[in-house]
Amino acid sequence: MTRMTATRRAFLSTGSAALVTLGAGLTVPARAQSLGPTRSMRGGSNNYLPGAPIVERIGGGGFWMRGTVRRAGDGAPLQNARIQIWAHTTEGHEREPQSHGATLTNADGAFRLEMPQIVPAFGQPHGHLAYDSGGYESVFLRPVMASPQQTSLTADFVLSPA
Amino acid sequence: MPLLRSILIWAALVCAVFVPLAVAAGSPLLEWRGDVYIAAGLAGVVALSLVLVQPLLAAGYLPGLAAPKGRRVHRWIGAGLVVAIVVHVGGLWVTSPPDVIDALLFTSPAPFSAWGVVAMWAAFASALVAMLRGRIGLRPRHWRVLHTGLVMLIAVGSVVHTLLIEGTMGPVSKLVLCLLVLAATGMAIADLRVWTLLRRRRT
Repeated sequence: MTRMTATRRAFLSTGSAALVTLGAGLTVPARAQSLGPTRSMRGGSNNYLPGAPIVERIGGGGFWMRGTVRRAGDGAPLQNARIQIWAHTTEGHEREPQSHGATLTNADGAFRLEMPQIVPAFGQPHGHLAYDSGGYESVFLRPVMASPQQTSLTADFVLSPA
Repeated sequence: MPLLRSILIWAALVCAVFVPLAVAAGSPLLEWRGDVYIAAGLAGVVALSLVLVQPLLAAGYLPGLAAPKGRRVHRWIGAGLVVAIVVHVGGLWVTSPPDVIDALLFTSPAPFSAWGVVAMWAAFASALVAMLRGRIGLRPRHWRVLHTGLVMLIAVGSVVHTLLIEGTMGPVSKLVLCLLVLAATGMAIADLRVWTLLRRRRT
């Protein structure tokens, strides 16, 4: 009997508390107050060759690496951020210089660079991207493709000032 | 028909070992890999095949290789397994040192590498204890419990490692070989009744 009463009391108090909270507009949807920086991924800097040249495309192309670069905090797009890209492709291993290239972001903070098809290497079809140009903290990413048949890969950067 | 039975068992084993190896050797991925990388990958497939052969020898399932003879071959295959693992890891190291260093330090982003590294150390430990057990005076019952524990790590570690990799092995032949490894290891442990050694001996 006591148990029953307790349950009803608990139900009523919880229910009325919930009603008051909702009615008074005290609930706030989870909203990011400020955009946190992207953290480097494990193994992201493996086989990195600093200073890859800015190129029209890497090798013969056929595969697209895309993404955006924004500033931590307010999320403003960063123009002319230099993104270096490398991967094991149909035209070479990660360590070979011809597998490396760089591109710059446009006014919207977006970048895209054509490169040869990425093929599975070391157990996963994956690419490497780096922001390592001073100004902002370096970030090394290593996105993995859901399938080796994919012909593009996306990676976004949020950078915090160095 | 004991002869027919022997022929069937050996034929099944030869298929279980060589079909996955042939599929891997014909993988389209090889076109974009250097020789050392190719050799490293195939050494991994060979190592997994040897992990299948080992329990069959230990439990005397292979016709013509019963108890004393089978155990002798088991020791040689064990040495071969260590060599295959060394070629596998060494070849990968030459191909991409940072990826292998990450794996060995358990900081690799790839989910499969830690399983492989655990299986590797278990295999090395197994071989080392097998060589030294006379010298260090390890009791047979302790040796068997220790060896069986390491063997379970080797079998489960290599199977999970293999299944998670997107590599040169064909999906079907890979799955079949992995299931055979688990079945053979489980069957041998059950038949050899190793767990009875864990019970307190009656006085």
